Amino acid sequence: MAVIPRTEFQRRRNRRKWLGRAFHGMCLLSVAIALGMLAVLLIYLLIQGATGINWSFLTSFASRHPDQAGIKAAILGSIYVVLVAGVVSFTLGVATALYLEEYAARSRFAKIAKINIANLAGVPSIVYGILGLQIFVHNLHLGKSVLAGGFTLALLVLPIVIVAAGEAVRAVPPSFREGSYALGATRWQVIWHIVFPLAFPGILTGVILAVSRAIGETAPLIAMGALTFVPFSPDSPLSRFTVLPIQIFNWTSRPQEGFQEAAAAGIIVLLVILLIMNAGAVILRNHFQNKWEG
Amino acid sequence: MSKDVVSPPLGRGTRNAWKRKFLERAIAILLFLSSFLSILITAGIVAVLLFEAITFFVDVSFLEFITGTRWTPLFSSKQFGVLALVAGTTLTAVLAMVVALPLGLLSAIYLSEYSPDGVRRLVKPILEVLAGIPTVVYGYFALLFVTPILRGISGDIAVFNALSASIVMGIMILPMVSSLSEDAMRAVPRNLREAAYALGSTKLEVSTLVVVPAALSGIMSAFILAVSRAIGETMIVTIAAGQNPSFTLNPFVPIETMTAYIVQVSQGDAPAGSIEFKTIFAVALLLFAITLIMNLLSQYVVSRFREEYE
Repeated sequence: MAVIPRTEFQRRRNRRKWLGRAFHGMCLLSVAIALGMLAVLLIYLLIQGATGINWSFLTSFASRHPDQAGIKAAILGSIYVVLVAGVVSFTLGVATALYLEEYAARSRFAKIAKINIANLAGVPSIVYGILGLQIFVHNLHLGKSVLAGGFTLALLVLPIVIVAAGEAVRAVPPSFREGSYALGATRWQVIWHIVFPLAFPGILTGVILAVSRAIGETAPLIAMGALTFVPFSPDSPLSRFTVLPIQIFNWTSRPQEGFQEAAAAGIIVLLVILLIMNAGAVILRNHFQNKWEG
Repeated sequence: MSKDVVSPPLGRGTRNAWKRKFLERAIAILLFLSSFLSILITAGIVAVLLFEAITFFVDVSFLEFITGTRWTPLFSSKQFGVLALVAGTTLTAVLAMVVALPLGLLSAIYLSEYSPDGVRRLVKPILEVLAGIPTVVYGYFALLFVTPILRGISGDIAVFNALSASIVMGIMILPMVSSLSEDAMRAVPRNLREAAYALGSTKLEVSTLVVVPAALSGIMSAFILAVSRAIGETMIVTIAAGQNPSFTLNPFVPIETMTAYIVQVSQGDAPAGSIEFKTIFAVALLLFAITLIMNLLSQYVVSRFREEYE
């Protein structure tokens, strides 16, 4: 067979094909690195912390001895603070979204408010901590309490709730509203009986995601003045507290290896809580999506 | 939905109608007040930061603050050159972007242009898990996993260093870059790609010469948002990068970022009203201003440079 001389075209085409394959490989590699880091992170945490998780770890208070240290106060603190944050951000977020979508849609005020909310979502969380310290702790005299911490986190996650609730409210078909207006319902009756029930699953999904963000927040609560060593259960809304991420932070910064293992165990507990909440949000969304979009 | 609409009782006279009207107004006002609160929050942040920062600048010259390179408010000989903290923040944010930008963009190109739909639907949510992990967890990972590996490679690297924190921060913001960029790329109409293929382009050429330029405004805004996120990130740098404000770009030595400094003061017991306490408001004001400008810039880039097709 005669050897065909390689033309300039063929050489270039081969080079381009080769480059294309190399690029494809690089793209794949990038995704693999990202997924690999996630895997390494989770496996490393499991190796470090799995042995530290047992009943006494979950039910003991913080201690100066790593093998006796537990996360009872941190878990209780996290639950109380996040409950406050969840209730407050749900109420304010839904009310805001309803007003911006149902009452003031397309108004100048709504436009300004929405731009403002988008920018609030980008404010570093630690700045919210300083706001909370000044407004709730000092000006409103709540002290460095569960209530002040919950309010601080509520402000932090409020943009998330407003955006999610706004989307859920917008997704309710206008014909539903028009139908009930035609029957003589007032604006609030339409919202309360038609819009809100239909938008509720979407709103709830948003609130769960917001709350799971709040559970993992460390910096704003430190800036607000939450404690790092709490050998007691918070017993009132005005009692001082710590939360799980702060407890983990505290243990991580200690030199003793025992505390670092306790930190890893605490991280596993935190990640399991987050996993459950996110799975709940996904299930909820899928369940209701199939129910009335079909 | 089969929920009944409460029909108005007929012929009950004007009292009921008046009551309902009042209720409607009251609810509208309540909802308005609540939505007004979101604007109050912004005003509150600005007011709180400005007020304390102004009293800070009564004692410390603004020029010294903004041009000085030594930051020692917690020592007896106090110096307030915030550039030492700005340098730490810049260093970690830039290094984090060096990790997140190429990996995130290539991942986005893979997901948008190369991967089968099933793979994309599986991989994208898993990548986004990275963004949902609390930052204190990344801090732990940086200090106790990444740092020892780096120190094994080079003995010059200190226990607390910017490099380890930055690498891990890059991994954290990677899904932000990849998700937002991918959304922008998928919004590029298919006929642009098909026209390029019809001219004989390879997939690489279509991706880099057609799709990426067409989606550039979205990609740029994703990058800017990611930088802003990196600047505001607190726990990773607090745990892994140290508490040693230094005007340096050396990633191997301990540094301190603006955010880490705020945490450091918050954890100590600087009494309210003292100059140490006021520094955190000045630093936070600067941090707030920088991130706000970046967020506005990102919105501007999207609205100003968006390529409209069809």
